[in-house]
This record gives sequence, structure tokens and C-alpha cells, in this order.
Amino acid sequence: MYDFFIGPFEEFAFMRRAMAGCLALALGATPVGVFLTLRRMSLTGDAMSHAILPGAAVGYLLAGLSLGAMTIGGAIAGFTVAMLSGWVARVTAAREDSSLAAFYLISLATGVLIVSMRGSNVDLLHILFGSALALNNAALFLIAGISTTTLVALAILYRPLVMECLDPEFLRSVSRLSPVAHYGFLFLVVLNLVGGFHALGTLMAVGIMILPAAAARFWSRDISRLLAVAVTGAVVSGYVGLLLSYHVGLPTGPAIILTAGSFYILSLTFGVDGVIRSHIHPKRHFQK
Amino acid sequence: MGADMKKEILRFENLTLGYERHPAVHHLDFSVRRNAMVAVAGPNGAGKSTLLKGIIRTIKPMGGSIRLCGIKQREIAYLPQRTSLDTTFPITVFDMVAMGMWQAAGAFGCFDRQRNARVMQALQRVGLAGMEHRPIGSLSGGQAQRALFARLLLQDASLILLDEPFNAIDSASVRDLLGLIHTWREEDKTILVVLHDLDLIRSAFSETILLARELVAGGATDKVLSAYNLSQAQHLCERFESQSLLCERG
Repeated sequence: MYDFFIGPFEEFAFMRRAMAGCLALALGATPVGVFLTLRRMSLTGDAMSHAILPGAAVGYLLAGLSLGAMTIGGAIAGFTVAMLSGWVARVTAAREDSSLAAFYLISLATGVLIVSMRGSNVDLLHILFGSALALNNAALFLIAGISTTTLVALAILYRPLVMECLDPEFLRSVSRLSPVAHYGFLFLVVLNLVGGFHALGTLMAVGIMILPAAAARFWSRDISRLLAVAVTGAVVSGYVGLLLSYHVGLPTGPAIILTAGSFYILSLTFGVDGVIRSHIHPKRHFQK
Repeated sequence: MGADMKKEILRFENLTLGYERHPAVHHLDFSVRRNAMVAVAGPNGAGKSTLLKGIIRTIKPMGGSIRLCGIKQREIAYLPQRTSLDTTFPITVFDMVAMGMWQAAGAFGCFDRQRNARVMQALQRVGLAGMEHRPIGSLSGGQAQRALFARLLLQDASLILLDEPFNAIDSASVRDLLGLIHTWREEDKTILVVLHDLDLIRSAFSETILLARELVAGGATDKVLSAYNLSQAQHLCERFESQSLLCERG
């Protein structure tokens, strides 16, 4: 039992580093995912995860598999797409979702083109799917730093962010912090996706952000508990995913995200607000 | 004149507000006295909601100005016709209402016993005592409107703007909320309420502004809401809609 659940982490440093990376991602990216789902922006997270690709690819072209170059490139590409789509929505009649879709598709195609022309399929796979088991100390410090920054920023922005999600017009009428909350939040989304792509790749990074957050909605109707359930779900998904990857020989990123996906399906089925309790066996109603 | 200006809280000077060069409020000159309770009436498209949006600076004037006399922008509380409140958001009635204390608490201010008591008091005043722990999504339309009024109460505003606050709520809730608005006046607040129900205006408001993109009449309600003025307002709105030439008044 001990050998199965703890042994791999005791024996191998790469497993410990991967677990520490998953823990950091769960603490930073998942709360951001909770706010993304509450703002009905889950697919924005997905779009942004694609948008960082050309920046990472240019970083790779200039400096090879360099952590710093790929991170800075990815962050610049992500922020550019977020700002451009917001700007187009403000100065034209186009809605933000359509301009975001346009820019992220251009961004994604550019990224794939760059990697295909100058790199190999292996490089492309690394960028798209990451490698949690190959996290070195520098990558781990980067992810931990991003998580710490995220937690501090969320603590500062928490109240305006909740107000922005709950009643944006009210926030605009009582405070000038609405754009700070909006763009600060987008900054955190991009930052966490950039951190996540080192461990899980650009395509999977959004999974650890959104799946535990979406699952948590079936367990609680209170924002604080929602955050706690989502983070716990993400930590457990990281742990179980790494164990599956180690014992069954599965690729790490998909194993972690599929575990988080299973958590979502279980929550959807058995959660307090899930299908069974809400529709198949609804609770008895009160007299008044 | 000087004494009159001291009594004013809000002055519109040759104000034009609108969308894409089309005026919704056209060359409006009017002032609102401090501690007044004024109904804003007019046909659909008369510019009533636009006027309130101009006051809270969501829309910038195309011409003229809106002057606040003796109050700051943050002392204005506004309840829009269609609130952007997301009732699916996982938050309790207490926490939603407590957001009305933003000016006092800000982003970091803690909620001590005194602030919690003020929130409870506001809930009690709107008849929602005992519902503070319920999720906002479980409230009926009337209860949600009462909760929004409780949030307004906590804003401690000098000027309160309400846009169609009694839409789709039952007569008991209308009566209660109207009673609450009257108590605000005793607390030295100035209230501007956009309403469609002329009978309600006649019974509850002594002052009215009748708009039809421009000012048709303003002053005592019984004089403003005369048959002639109402027909004039309807005619003016229709006339504006059929004209799209450039305004010669600049």
C-alpha cells in the first residue's frame, strides 16, 4: 500500500518535483479557473491557452528549449491577444468573444506554422503537451512564483473581482476599480497558462484551471467553499494522475487532466447539485 | 438667485445626451432642488433612462453639462432599469447587500460587528430579515428588488437615482418600497425616480419632470401631467423620430 501510494514520490526526485508543480498549479491556476467559470469565460481560458503558442514558439526559435525565453514569449503573445480583443470590442461594434476567437485562431496558426517550419514534431509535442515529469528546479520555481503572485493578487483583487462577476454595472457605479479587476484578472489567466504549459503543455494547462472549478459548482453554492473544493479537486487530480502515469505508464499531462475530468463527471453525477440528486432523486420539499 | 443655487443639488445646462449622434436628451435646462423627490416621466424613448446614465457619467454629454452642486460623484447611488446582477452567482443575500458599503469598507475593510449590524438593519428595513443566509438565486423578483434597495440604503448617498424600480413586482412590494423612498427624504436625500405609471406618480410624487427628449414641463405634478402636456410629449417624441436633420442649435 505504502509502496503504491507514497513509494514513487519517496524514491524519485522527478516525481516529487512533478507533485510540487501540480500542487503549485492547483493553488494558483484553479482559483483563477473558478472566477473564469463564474464569469462564464471558461472558453476564453481555452482560447487564451492557444494564444500563447506563437510567443512560446518564437522564444523556442530564438533560444531553444529555454524556460525564460518561452515564458516571456508566451506571456507577451497572451497579453497581446487579450488586449487586442478587448480594444477591438471597445472601438468597434464587434463583440469581445468574436474578436478573441479571431485573434486566438490567428495566433494559434502562426504558432503551429513557426514550430513546423523551424522545429521538429518532438518540439511541437513538448510545447503542446508539456512534460510534468521533466520539470527542473528552474521550472518549478517559476510555477511556484506564478502561484504565489496569483494568490497575492487574488487576495488584493478578491472583493472587486467578486463584485465584477456579480454585478459589473454596480462596481462601475461605485468604484474605478472595474478595469483594474478585469485586466488584472486577464493578466492572471495568461500568467497561469504560461506557468501551466511547462508542466502540462498549452493544450492541457487550461484543464487544471477549468475542470476542478466546473466540478466544484456541483458541490457548493458558496464562493469560499467553491474555491476550497476546486483546489482540493485539483490537488487530488494531480496526485492521482501522477500515480497513474507512474504505475500504468501513461503520459503525465493527459493522465492528470483525465483524472480531473473524472472528478468532473463524478461531481456532475453524484454532486449535491448533480444529476442524481437534482433530477433522479430530488429531496423532499418543505411545507412552506 | 444665490440662495436658489445653494438649494440646488443638480443642474442641467443646455444638456444633450445621445447615441451615435442621435440625441436622446436634447438641450435640457433644468435644476433639481436638494431634498426633492422628483418623478421623471415621459413616453418610451423620451430619454429618461439616458438622463440618469448621464448623471452617473456612463454616457458623456454631446453638448452642455451636468453640474453636481455641493456633492461628489461618489455620493450618487443608482439602480438601473435592468440590473446586471448575476443571480446564479454563489453568494448569500447578506454578502450581496453588504457590497453597498463599498465606499466605507473598500477593497480591504473588514466587516466588524458594527458593519454587520448595519447590513442586518438594512435587510430589516426592506423586509428581508431572516433571509440573509439564502443564496441570491433563491429570491423572487420582488425580494431581489428589495435586496437591491437594501444595498442602496447602505451606500449612504445624497442623491439616489432609480430607473423603473417597480417593474414586475407586486403591489405590496411597490407600497413598501415607496414607503422606504419617502423615509429617505426625511434623511435629507434627493431622489430622482423614472416611472411610467402616471397614477403612481400623481399619488406619490409632488414634483415631476416630463421629458420628450427635451423638457416638456417641470414642477408640480398635477400641473406637469396635464392632458395637454402629455399629448405634447407624445407628439414631440414622434416628431423627433421622423426627423434626422442636423440640429441648428449646435
